[in-house]
Amino acid sequence: MELFTNQVLAGIATGAIYACMALAVVMIYQAIDHLNFAQGEMAMFSTFVSWQLMQWGVPYWGAFVLTLAFSFAGGIVIERVLFKPLAKAPILTQVAGFIALFSIINSCAGLIWDFTIKQYPTPFGSTPFLGSQLISTHQAGMIGITVLLLIGLYVFFQYTRIGLAMRAAASVPESARLVGINTSWMIALGWGMAAAIGSIAGMLIAPVVFLEPNMMGGVLIYGFAAAVLGGLTSPFGAVLGGFLVGIFENLAGTYIPHVGNEMKLPIALALIITVLVVKPAGLFGRNIVKRV
Amino acid sequence: MSAIEEVGSQAPAVEAVPKRAMTLSSGTAFVVVLLLLVVPLFVKNFIIFQMTMLLIYGLAVLALNILTGGSGQFSLGQSAFYAVGAYTSAILMEQYNINYALTLPVAGVVCFGFGFLFGQPALRLSGVYLALATFALATAMPQILKLGFFEHWTGGVQGLVVTKPDAPFGLPMSQDMWLYYFTLAITIAIYIFSVNLLRSRSGRAFMAIRDNEIAASAMGIDVATYKTLAFGVSAGITGVAGGLGAIAVQFVAPDSYTIVLAISLFLGMVVGGVGWLPGSFIGAAFIIFVPNIAEGISKGLSGAVFGVLLFLIIFLVPHGARQVAMVAQQLLSKVRKT
Repeated sequence: MELFTNQVLAGIATGAIYACMALAVVMIYQAIDHLNFAQGEMAMFSTFVSWQLMQWGVPYWGAFVLTLAFSFAGGIVIERVLFKPLAKAPILTQVAGFIALFSIINSCAGLIWDFTIKQYPTPFGSTPFLGSQLISTHQAGMIGITVLLLIGLYVFFQYTRIGLAMRAAASVPESARLVGINTSWMIALGWGMAAAIGSIAGMLIAPVVFLEPNMMGGVLIYGFAAAVLGGLTSPFGAVLGGFLVGIFENLAGTYIPHVGNEMKLPIALALIITVLVVKPAGLFGRNIVKRV
Repeated sequence: MSAIEEVGSQAPAVEAVPKRAMTLSSGTAFVVVLLLLVVPLFVKNFIIFQMTMLLIYGLAVLALNILTGGSGQFSLGQSAFYAVGAYTSAILMEQYNINYALTLPVAGVVCFGFGFLFGQPALRLSGVYLALATFALATAMPQILKLGFFEHWTGGVQGLVVTKPDAPFGLPMSQDMWLYYFTLAITIAIYIFSVNLLRSRSGRAFMAIRDNEIAASAMGIDVATYKTLAFGVSAGITGVAGGLGAIAVQFVAPDSYTIVLAISLFLGMVVGGVGWLPGSFIGAAFIIFVPNIAEGISKGLSGAVFGVLLFLIIFLVPHGARQVAMVAQQLLSKVRKT
């Protein structure tokens, strides 16, 4: 039983990483209606920027805020320059654009900061949290920030004018335009916010997985999986999905024989697909009724 | 909470491509086939090998095109079907000493079955959800192939070495050239099959489902059967391509068939033009040659160069090579009129 609780705790700790990433994924899905494959690389690049700032002597929280601003602006610039011209292109072409962006960012980061693994500082320290060996203060802090972020986003989308406008622009663009919402800029804003949230995720994850250009590959896959599991229309579902994926991944690794590190991912994905086959819109997603 | 989505008024995920626009005119086709027959006689063995790979990847992209461009289902799992085909051929050839040509139909049938079965649960999913499910299949496949349980057949992490066949009947040509013509014959056969499939009753059913699933089912099309059939056919063709690939590369290993391959095939389809069958081979040329070109331009930044080239292509021609072909066709008909 103790093994079980310990594994669940460890699962929650890794789940926090996925939850963070899933939140960013859902954000951009709300704004542009598809998954951005380059999201992880954008977050990785932001994390490198914050690392560089710290190398130049900027204190942690200063670098944190500057990086947020940089990512927000960067997200908007990417949308305006690269994806706005593609808005009329077929969806599959846009997906190809995400893959191209992925390739560009990954390669540039590799050239600027090379592929060696770097240590990344944590603001919370890494001593055991409340005497538990499995969750460090950093991981507890990460969970805390994820929850705060979630509450903040909920308030933003439910109670502010601009949040309402963003939701309107994403769900019914034509009608939103008719009532005077600038849907094109709402999409850009969505990109900016997703990039900023992604950068928070990146900066929180970096102390755990270490900083290098490929650090986000695995995390993004779990983030997608968590977002889809929780339902792509629900930020709350995405966070919960993140924790569930983390817990399940750990339990599968412990209790199913012959499951090495390599088989963890396929098993987690298989579970998610099973869930999706039963509930095609994810656990907390809205069912969309289609009519001709 | 439920939202109502107007399917009719929204653009479908995959553009509708009219049936006629899916193929080449007979004159162009003749010229292309003639070129494919003659060129290998004048080039080096390495280039012949690359042309063989182009045909093989072309087949795999074609298979994806039937699935996505034909029936409107999205898949990131093609590398898994490719792997199953490659391993089926390799195991039959190396462990059971079966003639290489006979292993290909087996690979096709095995993959058809696999795709058909996978299509069953995938029926409930669409869009990003289907993409994730197929993606899971693609990430799981290399790990499954590495499992100790199958090691007896698959050779585990090390993979299997496949012997390259000699030209039969004492024909005076190199192994590479023989394999090229062998692949070309199979490619042409599958291409003709695919064109006819899309022109048939089943093909029309695929396209009706792609354009509007609800309307298609209202017209009496058995959506479940045709969607799984599309998955099966696509997987089957990919399997044959995988088998050919194993013979051409002379080696199968789990890590040759990762998600990167599936993404490449997807890019090939977009560059060639979704739903335009001849474009599959142009897309295959893109995924074979452009990474090399990018490497040639800058070693350190090859990924960035590749990304920029890809962006350039989708900016200039968002509909891929199909768009170029259409413009060329219009120009030609104008020239003829004057």
